[in-house]
Amino acid sequence: MDRFRYLPGVVTLQIDVRRCDGCRMCVIVCPHAVFCMQDKKARILDADACMECGACAKNCPSGAITVRSGVGCATAMLIETLHRGSCCGG
Amino acid sequence: MANACGPTSDGRRPSRSPWVTGHVESAVGQVPQVDTTLRFADRLGAWKARWAIGRMRYSVPPGLYAVGRPGRESPVLVTANYKMTFDRVRSQLAAVDAWLLVLDTHGINVWCAAGKGTFGTDELVRRVAATRLQQLVAHRRLILPQLAAPGVAAHEVLRRCGFRVIYGPVRAEDIPRFLEADMQATPDMRRVRFPLRDRLAVAPVELVMAMKYILLMAICFFLLSGLGADGYSWQRAIAIGLPCAAVAAAVSFGSILLTPVLLPWLPGRMFAVKGFWLGVAMLGIVGVWSNVRQMPVRSWVAVASWCVLIPTLASFMAMNYTGSTPYTSLSGVRVEVRRAVPVQVIGAVIGVALWLTGRFV
Ligand code: SF4
Ligand code: SF4
Repeated sequence: MDRFRYLPGVVTLQIDVRRCDGCRMCVIVCPHAVFCMQDKKARILDADACMECGACAKNCPSGAITVRSGVGCATAMLIETLHRGSCCGG
Repeated sequence: MANACGPTSDGRRPSRSPWVTGHVESAVGQVPQVDTTLRFADRLGAWKARWAIGRMRYSVPPGLYAVGRPGRESPVLVTANYKMTFDRVRSQLAAVDAWLLVLDTHGINVWCAAGKGTFGTDELVRRVAATRLQQLVAHRRLILPQLAAPGVAAHEVLRRCGFRVIYGPVRAEDIPRFLEADMQATPDMRRVRFPLRDRLAVAPVELVMAMKYILLMAICFFLLSGLGADGYSWQRAIAIGLPCAAVAAAVSFGSILLTPVLLPWLPGRMFAVKGFWLGVAMLGIVGVWSNVRQMPVRSWVAVASWCVLIPTLASFMAMNYTGSTPYTSLSGVRVEVRRAVPVQVIGAVIGVALWLTGRFV
């Protein structure tokens, strides 16, 4: 996916390494290889590759990962904005 | 009476499905066996679904199926009941004996259903119980497509029904290799890719859905072209309006097709920017075309209006492609929408104003 990179420095992905028990689930489920293991703990290797799908947070048994997940779709966002009559962003 | 464990639970008889070749005896009764070769009807159905022809949901009955001659130790592969997904999985399994557990995702593919939560922990646990999987197999493992992970919490599935979720490869074509390798996925199997085929997969539906807006826009251009300082003229509408309508429609269709095709090479991270550059390129083509065709250039205002309108339109169309890629984050799209839409609105207002002015000068 190296030819496909979206905007840098915007994603909401966070990991609390103290809570990580090193099960590797996040490394397994992430389709963009955002995580790596280091000293038996998960680390964020490439945050900008994250598409906020939420797979890692959902499958982390110790709740160490947080991410605001959703579908990045401008059309849906515009339709929603028009219906609510307010600006998205939020 | 419908067998509670089988895909008959929704009242449809699976034996009537052309892709059911027979039945396999098991601890939980007869399980329909599926064909691993796709037929013409499957390909035609896929084509129709891509073009959004027919209002029917393109799905298969959820439940348990057999591939080959599975037994108590055979792997259980879980998938969605979108027919195209189901077809893709079964067509890769010619040399495999396995159970196929099809979840009710309302005829939606794995990735979208996982995002919506229909391919989720609840449905999986429910389906495992309904099909009496505990009795069917001796092991306690479920193989899920990796792209189901946004909807399924593996540790909760284990806690609630005793089955361990193993995330398999992203792509169905890697399933046989994954099974051979003792259910170990290579890093490559875990990465999503976005080849041309996948990029274009949504283009037909996009074309169909955009059709009425494009038609509306073309009609507006055509009708408004009749305006002039000397009143309304149908001749002018035909002479100038038709080419204008054609350009607007061509740019729209061009954006829907070329944005996916040229995506890796269009400059910029934002799709709105990529679309802008695509628009500049299309503007050049329109310029050459109107020269060759010796279109009457009435004024610099008319020319200027197209210089603004075409890139703006292409930029907007490209931005709407963000929802069809597997790498755009919600946060990123929010940033993009907030930055690009105001510029596009200004572009549209200036472009239309120039174009209307061009009718009168
Ligand atoms: S899934 Fe959670 S606990 Fe497991 S390695 Fe990742 S962060 Fe650590
Ligand atoms: S949200 Fe998705 S893309 Fe982002 S790190 Fe988690 S699994 Fe990877």
